[in-house]
Amino acid sequence: MAGNDALNADFEQVLEQAARWREAGKGVALATVVTTWGSSPRPVGSQLAVSDSKEMIGSVSGGCIEGAVVLEGLKSIEDGKPRLLDYGVSDDQAWEVGLACGGKVEVYIERVD
Amino acid sequence: MKRETLQSVLAARRDKRPLALATEVETGEQALVDGEIRTGDLVLAGAALDAVRAALAEDRSGMIETEAGRLFVQVFNPPLRMIIVGAVHIAQALVPMATIAGYDVTVIDPRRAFATDARFPGTTVLTDWPDDAMTGLAPDRRTAIVTLTHDPKIDDPALAVAVRSPAFYIAALGSRRTHAKRVERLAEAGFSDDEIGRIAGPAGLPIGARSPAEIALSVLAECTAALHGVAAR
Repeated sequence: MAGNDALNADFEQVLEQAARWREAGKGVALATVVTTWGSSPRPVGSQLAVSDSKEMIGSVSGGCIEGAVVLEGLKSIEDGKPRLLDYGVSDDQAWEVGLACGGKVEVYIERVD
Repeated sequence: MKRETLQSVLAARRDKRPLALATEVETGEQALVDGEIRTGDLVLAGAALDAVRAALAEDRSGMIETEAGRLFVQVFNPPLRMIIVGAVHIAQALVPMATIAGYDVTVIDPRRAFATDARFPGTTVLTDWPDDAMTGLAPDRRTAIVTLTHDPKIDDPALAVAVRSPAFYIAALGSRRTHAKRVERLAEAGFSDDEIGRIAGPAGLPIGARSPAEIALSVLAECTAALHGVAAR
């Protein structure tokens, strides 16, 4: 059966919080796992939202790359540009923001206008 | 993402309507596909639109390569449902666990002493007879059904509807002996081996569960395995 069913509860929480932050006049960026290779901890469709007050909800990994994704999200809030980022063991930044589990993920980051 | 797009996704979720969001990952242009209606700044037509519709029908989020570019398609489906028959102690543990796992949970029990708001705060509890209640709920392929009363008067009518529905998981609590008797009764009532064979009984994975919470955990684990098509036992 479907692989993303179990994420439904997460979607709602993350997107509703993103909408609430926007309504409160905050800048908001949304990060979504769009591709995974190997043993990445969160499936395709997993989301994280970040506000310009540095609040965060949801996850795109098991905590390995959230810090880096939040920083990219804040940049997206600033310049309005979407970003497509790779994270994984083969990454140059592996030491700092790699996935300890050996997986790879591609994360799409966009500003909520 | 435009704010209207986010609002549309949230509205579709509130109405329990399936929806797909397609994003061109270089430009950030997006389109929402909601049945026959397509909205947004991303122009989608022909094969690309068909591919997004296929992803929606198959409930499969992911990247697709199209003539409109590299698209990420995110499918938003209504929550999975779990129908629990029997407002018993195990149900009090299973309801919050299944809710956390993303299920929209309904409890059925015609015995009003069990089916109270105080025992199931914030949960939809139906006190109709299980066959009527089940027929009304119309289980689909995104529905799990768990009977917990081990009272044939209550469980059997629910199972009779369940085994002829496309539900992805059907389980009945009770010992092996109880389940063997249940199988006999259903066979006598004219249900086929295939239909009866869909019932996981005794319900749950063999993890030595004893307390209501442990039994709820074993049932939810087995249900998860069924959802993902994994043979867990």
